[in-house]
Amino acid sequence: MKFAIQINEGPYTHEATDSAYHFAKAAIDNGHEVMRVFFYHDGVNNGTRLTTPPQDDRHIVNRWADLAKEHDLDLVLCVAAAQRRGIADADESKRNGKDADNIQEGFRISGLGQLIEAGILADRLVVFGD
Amino acid sequence: MAILHTVNKSPFDKNSLERAFNTAKDGSAVLLLEDGVYGAIKGATSSAMVEDAMKTVKVYALSADLDARGISGRVIDGVELVDYAGFVKLATEHSQVQSWL
Amino acid sequence: MSEGTVKQFLYVNRKAPHGTVYALESLEVVLIGAAFEQDVRLAFMDDGVFQIMKGQDTTGIGTKNFAPTYNALGDYDINKIYVEKESLEERGLTEDDIMALTYEDEDDDWAEKSSISIISRAEMADLIDSSDVMFNF
Repeated sequence: MKFAIQINEGPYTHEATDSAYHFAKAAIDNGHEVMRVFFYHDGVNNGTRLTTPPQDDRHIVNRWADLAKEHDLDLVLCVAAAQRRGIADADESKRNGKDADNIQEGFRISGLGQLIEAGILADRLVVFGD
Repeated sequence: MAILHTVNKSPFDKNSLERAFNTAKDGSAVLLLEDGVYGAIKGATSSAMVEDAMKTVKVYALSADLDARGISGRVIDGVELVDYAGFVKLATEHSQVQSWL
Repeated sequence: MSEGTVKQFLYVNRKAPHGTVYALESLEVVLIGAAFEQDVRLAFMDDGVFQIMKGQDTTGIGTKNFAPTYNALGDYDINKIYVEKESLEERGLTEDDIMALTYEDEDDDWAEKSSISIISRAEMADLIDSSDVMFNF
C-alpha cells in the first residue's frame, strides 16, 4: 500500500514526529511504500540541520535524513510554513535576501500542492500532530 | 470498509477521545497512541466511556506508548495492544485514518 | 500527475482561530488544494466553529485578520461547508453568528447560494465515513 504522512509538529516538543518516524519505518519494513512525508506548521522544524540534541538521545533530524537516504523517501517541507519559521534552502535564502540557509540534506522545500497531491495519490494519508 | 480513528491526547486534556467515540461508526476502530494511551487506563473517570464504546467499536492502544508511560499494567480489559507494525496493519485494514488531534 | 482521480476530500477544523496557527494554515491548504479539482468538503466542529464566526477583529492583537478570506472560498468552488450543530449550541452560538459564506451556482444562472450546512454530530460521522482523505491540523 502507498502511504502519505503529514507531520504537523516540530522535533522534541511533540511526539508527533517520533510516532510518524516509527510508523514510516514499520510501513517500509512490512513491504509498504511511503510515497511522501509532508511537514507542515511547526513540522518544518524537523528539516533544519542546525540541531544539536543531547548525545544520549535520538537525533530526530538525522534519523529522518538517514531513513530518507536508505529508502529514497520524499521529505517535503512546506514553503509557506518554512518561510514563516525561518527554515530555508540556498535558493529560498537567496530569493528572500537572507544571509544563511539551514535546511538538512535529504529534505526539500516545496508547495502545499505536494500535500494535496500526496492525498490524491496515496492509498492512505496518516496525520501526526498536536 | 470502516475508518481507523486515532487519538493522541489524554481524555483529561482534550475532548478528542470523546469525539472519536461519538463519531466512530459501529464496527470501526479507535487506536490510542502518544498521550492518548492514558485513555486506556482502568479505574479512571474516563474508563466508563471507553468500556461503553467498546461495545460497538474495537479499541487498540500502542504498546510502546503505554510502556513509555508505565501504564501497561493498568489497561482496561479488552483493549488490544499493538506495536507500530500493528498500527500500519490497522491503517491498511481500514478505509482511511481520521486523526483526532 | 493525478490523472483524473477525484477523491472525497475532507478538511477537518476543530481548533479555535488566533490562539494557534492551525486555522490559518488549514485555510491555506484549502485554497491551494482548490486547484486540484477534488470533491472538497470542509467540516467545522468543536472550537473549529469559532473560525468562521462573524465580527473577528484582530487589530488589538496585531495579527493579520484572515477571517475575511473565508468569503473567497465560494470563488474557489469550495461550497460544501459543514458546521456541527452541537458544537455551535455548546458554545451558545447559532447560525446567525456564523459568517454567511456563499457561492454562485453556475448551474442555476449564477444564483447566490449558501455554502453552509448545519449538520448534527451523527451527520458529521456520516460525512467523515464517506470521505476518502481526511486532513487534520
